[in-house]
Amino acid sequence: MRRWILHVDQNSFYASCEQAEHPELRGKPLVVGGSEERRHGIVLARSLEAKRYGIVTAEALWQARNKCPDLIVRPANFRLYMKYSSLARRIYYDYTDLVEPFGPDEAWLDVTHSAYLNGGAEMIAQEISERIRSELGLSVSIGVSWNKVFAKFGSDYKKPDAITHINEDNYQQIVWQSPVRDLLYVGRATERKLHVLGIKTIGELANEPAETLLKCFGKVGGILQTFARGLDDSPVKAYDLESEGVNRIIKSYGNGLTAPHDISNPHDAKALIYMLSESVAQRLREGFVRARTISIGVRGNDLESYTRQTTLSMPTNSTSLVAEAAWQLLAANEALDDNHPLRSLSVRASDLSLISDPVQLSFWSDERVAARERLDNAIDDLRRRFGNTCIQRGIELYDDSLRQVDIKRDHVLHPVGFFYD
Amino acid sequence: MKRYVQVIASHSEDGQVTPLAIKWEDGRTFDIDYVKEARRATSLKVGGTGIRYLVTVSGKDTYLFYENPKWFVEEKVVEMP
Repeated sequence: MRRWILHVDQNSFYASCEQAEHPELRGKPLVVGGSEERRHGIVLARSLEAKRYGIVTAEALWQARNKCPDLIVRPANFRLYMKYSSLARRIYYDYTDLVEPFGPDEAWLDVTHSAYLNGGAEMIAQEISERIRSELGLSVSIGVSWNKVFAKFGSDYKKPDAITHINEDNYQQIVWQSPVRDLLYVGRATERKLHVLGIKTIGELANEPAETLLKCFGKVGGILQTFARGLDDSPVKAYDLESEGVNRIIKSYGNGLTAPHDISNPHDAKALIYMLSESVAQRLREGFVRARTISIGVRGNDLESYTRQTTLSMPTNSTSLVAEAAWQLLAANEALDDNHPLRSLSVRASDLSLISDPVQLSFWSDERVAARERLDNAIDDLRRRFGNTCIQRGIELYDDSLRQVDIKRDHVLHPVGFFYD
Repeated sequence: MKRYVQVIASHSEDGQVTPLAIKWEDGRTFDIDYVKEARRATSLKVGGTGIRYLVTVSGKDTYLFYENPKWFVEEKVVEMP
């Protein structure tokens, strides 16, 4: 059966929220930026007007100011953006229960079964666009197609404030003539490899012999070709309205932080590792899971980054065990001195199992493990009642600049991915 | 500018909110004669989004916004002679 899928993309989302909230900023070059004092001073989002100055996402704020001296920089106000994000989602739910968020500002809607009630998919797209403008003061671009990949392509094709219908009659003209890079999941690396094969457009990708792609890319090659041919049949997955649509089956928990200053000694590094591990372990416990694989991500001040991981003999959600594993990984890979100062660190726990799952006990099981779990529970309880910074590890107090950072509260992650099955 | 105002409203059993009167900062109270429309809308003049009530006060139509938990008007409700 033919499906009707919409992909709604809120244009310049963070910047538009600022403009919707402060009309005096409309029509002005504006970016949402991180805090410069805490060295997060990069462009997070740009208004349409700022884009015209050639300002790009993730460049430093001083570079952006060079391009546009009158630039307005607003600090990020995630609570505001999440409010607009959830209000927009509530509008989508008026048309279908099949809404799959793709980050805070994008969503797929499957309106196959509700299209006839509302005068067709294109009519729904128009209504959504008008309602978001009049009710929230934002603009969206919407792609309408029979599969998720082309719908997403459609919403990217014409911006801002446009509706693009990709159907069986026009996809060869519109989609197939476009560069492969415009296809979902073709990034810079894949694009380069495809260029080597002489594949420049999505049409060429669709018509390439499947064996060539399988040889060069493995399974992904086949998937990309399916995307290019418009044969993607992945369903729009419904998510719970109450959970704000960010809950999928969680595969890992991770936290990372760019430190307020470069880390060039073991003390600072250990403090940060413990802070991050604390948040990760606390979230594991709140999710009633244990993790078996602990990994770290390291970014030096040269901006080169890498990850390392280790598997534990037993799954855990204890702060000290997560932190010890992460610390050992870091200590084994970094000298932690002035020769290679670190800019940011992250800790991730994956390979999750439920707390209720049976665990193989060891003959030589350590009494102290149980004691640590009780300690963790007591700390969690205190934090739940008095806030995350009410009790801290001594090592975290070592570094003054880290003292006021509340990793768990300040960092909401939005898991985003297409291949999550 | 958003002008936040004190509002007297009725909250029905099913959660419906109907503004009845606006208390101005100088102490005057303006009764709301009708609520002609209530819908979510953005304020094009002062920004933000809330439930927008199109209300009639002393024969004149004006917008009153409920931006949970505060009420605001976009400008003066009505000029008294």
